[in-house]
Amino acid sequence: MKTASRPDSLLILVPAFNEEVAVGQVVREVHQAVPEVPVLVVDDCSIDSTAAVAREAGAEVISLPHHLGLGGAVQAGYKLAFELGFQYVIRIDGDGQHDPRYIPVIFEALRTSACQMVIGSRFVGGNSHQTSLARSLGIRFFCLILRLILGKPVHDPTSGFVGVNRAALQVFSKSFPLEYPEIEALVVLQRRAFQFLEVPCRMRRRMGGKSSITALKSIYYPVHVLLGVFVNVLKYEGRRRRKQP
Amino acid sequence: MNNLLNFTAGLSVALIVLVLVSVRRAHIRVEYSVSWLGAAVTLLVLSRSQSLLEKLASFLGIEDPPLVLLLLVGCLFLLVLYRVSSVISELKDANIALAQRMAILEYHLQSAHEETQRRG
Repeated sequence: MKTASRPDSLLILVPAFNEEVAVGQVVREVHQAVPEVPVLVVDDCSIDSTAAVAREAGAEVISLPHHLGLGGAVQAGYKLAFELGFQYVIRIDGDGQHDPRYIPVIFEALRTSACQMVIGSRFVGGNSHQTSLARSLGIRFFCLILRLILGKPVHDPTSGFVGVNRAALQVFSKSFPLEYPEIEALVVLQRRAFQFLEVPCRMRRRMGGKSSITALKSIYYPVHVLLGVFVNVLKYEGRRRRKQP
Repeated sequence: MNNLLNFTAGLSVALIVLVLVSVRRAHIRVEYSVSWLGAAVTLLVLSRSQSLLEKLASFLGIEDPPLVLLLLVGCLFLLVLYRVSSVISELKDANIALAQRMAILEYHLQSAHEETQRRG
């Protein structure tokens, strides 16, 4: 992968942990949806052959020396993309849940809107998506919390199908939540007075692998995310900026 | 009361010895031994000075001086644990940044190697 020089250079980022069943298919589908666009798979120290399968499918791969978790893997990709000069990065999960045919929709919204982040949402534009009751309740709860903090509604705050422009890339390459990053990332952007937009996207069932959120972690998840959001609200720099001459 | 104070003094001495031995064997770095040694010495002094303990009990409005000792033990070790959490967090952040940097450098190295092979 060469240094990006075009003003609309795009990189597709795929964080993957033990996704050998799905990651090859995901990379091939991305190449079909957006030919010529480089795909970077960040292998989060998988114990299966995720890295080899991704390389075989035509992706560039960086392999982390030990397991960092989703946020650490995504941030490694953001750091490399920023160093290589990419203007836009779209993140797509390695388990096949995100339909790559929606990448052009997110890319178009990134280029034409003034927003720094575009979220592929399951719940806008007449979309409906079947989720478990617990997850659905969790999403609704965080939608309420985020509406208060962000001052505008967000329908799918846990979606990992997310595009960012270079301004957000710069922020995230320096500061990105380590665990369960999607919700906190919105508040990190809010601290910089950045804007986000949601576009309708279809999500599918995962092709393979296991969700990182187990039954026990699903209890810990809201506590961790709430605390992370609260800490980010405390760090909000808007008031300080306004006070400066 | 004397038994409790003697036990605490013994525990403090044991902690001091354990920390010093660990520092000597390089199991604990000197900078991280300071908080443990500080806590242990404070406990040793208090457990050997009954008058100081009684003054502290009277100041805090606690009738039973050994309770002051237990309270101080709890507070001191909470402080030490807080410091350990802070150090672990710093180390984790540094470790993440290092792991990411290493993966990125390895990627650049691999790319350069492949480019060289392609050219010649």
